[in-house]
Amino acid sequence: MSETIAFKPETLAQVQKITERYPAQHKKSALIPVLHLAQKEFGGWLQVPVMDYVAELLEIQPIEVYEVATFYTMFNMKPVGKYVLEVCQTGPCMLKGSDEIIKHIKETLHIENGETTADGLFTLKTAECLGACGYAPMMQLGKFYHENLTTEKVDAILELCRQGALPLD
Amino acid sequence: MSKKLLLKHAHVEGIHTFDVYRKHGGYEAVEKALKMAPDAITEEVKASGLRGRGGAGFPTGLKWSFLAKPEGVPRYLVVNADESEPGTFKDRYLMEFIPHLLIEGMIVSSYALGANTSYIYIRGEYSWIPDILEKAIDEAKAAGFLGQNIQGTGYNLEIYVHRGAGAYICGEETALLESLEGKRGNPRLKPPFPAVKGLWACPTVVNNVETIAAVVPVINLGGAEYAKIGVGKSTGTKLISACGNINKPGVYEIDMTITVEEFIYSDEYCGGIPNGKRLKACIPGGSSVPIVPANLLLRTINGEPRYMNYESLADGGFATGTMMGSGGFIVLDEDQSVVKHTMTLSHFYAHESCGQCTPCREGTPWMFKILKKIASGQGTLNDIDLLWDVQRKIEGNTICPLGDAAAWPVAAAIRHFRDEFEWYIDNPDALTGNYGIGNYDVPIPMPERADVNS
Repeated sequence: MSETIAFKPETLAQVQKITERYPAQHKKSALIPVLHLAQKEFGGWLQVPVMDYVAELLEIQPIEVYEVATFYTMFNMKPVGKYVLEVCQTGPCMLKGSDEIIKHIKETLHIENGETTADGLFTLKTAECLGACGYAPMMQLGKFYHENLTTEKVDAILELCRQGALPLD
Repeated sequence: MSKKLLLKHAHVEGIHTFDVYRKHGGYEAVEKALKMAPDAITEEVKASGLRGRGGAGFPTGLKWSFLAKPEGVPRYLVVNADESEPGTFKDRYLMEFIPHLLIEGMIVSSYALGANTSYIYIRGEYSWIPDILEKAIDEAKAAGFLGQNIQGTGYNLEIYVHRGAGAYICGEETALLESLEGKRGNPRLKPPFPAVKGLWACPTVVNNVETIAAVVPVINLGGAEYAKIGVGKSTGTKLISACGNINKPGVYEIDMTITVEEFIYSDEYCGGIPNGKRLKACIPGGSSVPIVPANLLLRTINGEPRYMNYESLADGGFATGTMMGSGGFIVLDEDQSVVKHTMTLSHFYAHESCGQCTPCREGTPWMFKILKKIASGQGTLNDIDLLWDVQRKIEGNTICPLGDAAAWPVAAAIRHFRDEFEWYIDNPDALTGNYGIGNYDVPIPMPERADVNS
């Protein structure tokens, strides 16, 4: 399977640069950063063949990759939409109305938490504290935070996504 | 107005660039430190009284002095930038806006510890910040403050940024090291402590972002001068990230001599509570520290004003006090439900428990389930006692402090807000209604004192 899965040459160069940060005998330390690259390059989630490929690259056993990939919340273990709406629901965001934001997204997109819209565009994934408590309520979309949310602001963001105009990276 | 050491130049245009930072006195601490013996720097940090800013408040110089120094074994400095404690967003602010302050602090600290490679372990969700830090690292390197033969002294240092991937537990220093080694973030049994066996079994110091940034003013001022700022064992300045129901949420630098009341109501800081609402409760040091009602927040049980520092916030122990923690200051106004807020925190801890220790793995979801039942008006009085019982069985029975961190907020909520919990019991209005503020902001009457002379 791994013959069909391979990083682009420029990503491989990045992998090389990452592994150089750690002593040669501790290549495994590059695992989490490399899984971030893999998730980004291979469709937004970590399929088993992708994880096997990463294991091969870092010269570790596949199980060492699986146990890490399943531990950390940022790694998706099943397919997700193009835009993953990670809305914080922890205390400080709740005080500022995150319940309303989550409810609004569910109603607008007709999905529950963890589900993806039929067109494959949006996934709702409630999140635990993302360190934006002073700018609550908030959500993460790709690389960036969207803060001080209102339902109007959420609508505007969703519209930008539909137009493909919202930067994820 | 509080003295500013870390955020003094935070609003200077272009302070994130090397040139502007340097123009405002940046990297002078490195120049000064490189002329000192490494152990002399540790002594300055000890003299400064600087305490770990991540939450535990452990004396930084003492922590450094524990570092084992066997011949031929590399030593590491790892900066804990995994900031994930609900209510806390101060390290993010430092890294986003004044990245060179962290880099400068790391150079001084690494030199003091004898580390030639240092890592910044940053939470994965802060995914735009590594670019900012790496740019600062490149600039410092180009200016001869990083890399080989720094400033011609023969000292070599490389700094790397390592991204996590979403796990609160990785803020615990041994879990962080496991994660940095490419493993699940399961905390290690201690001893051995990281100072003896840390990253790749080498001696390692793990310090919070703000702690390392504070090393810069410690060196610039000298430990003794730094220790004059603040009060008692709360020396220097502390960043407070304020959020919740306040007019001006944000990150503030305080010198730990102001009262809690001033911090909440003064326009220099939080600017009071919006819409003329009353203060109901506050968690002053991140979600893990005990929540206290307004009356105990503003005054200690002895009726004295409470101050924003380690000792004063902890005055009264857990019975009537709380903790400085990470400085994540969460304010609840009269319309908020302590039961519901505690429920979201319990959900957080249940989600973030690494699953290694049974009391935490099983206990945290139980607490959430019971709180959810109570919050939806389906609870019984026995559920409150059961909740108390479960949190007691978690506290102190786990490898790392996540168990305690999950138990304390629940314990404090029941201890101080039992009336509100009871209001929810078998209450059809629980989902839509609100207990309100009760007596929580009414000053506590002083007990009558016996006349000692009679």
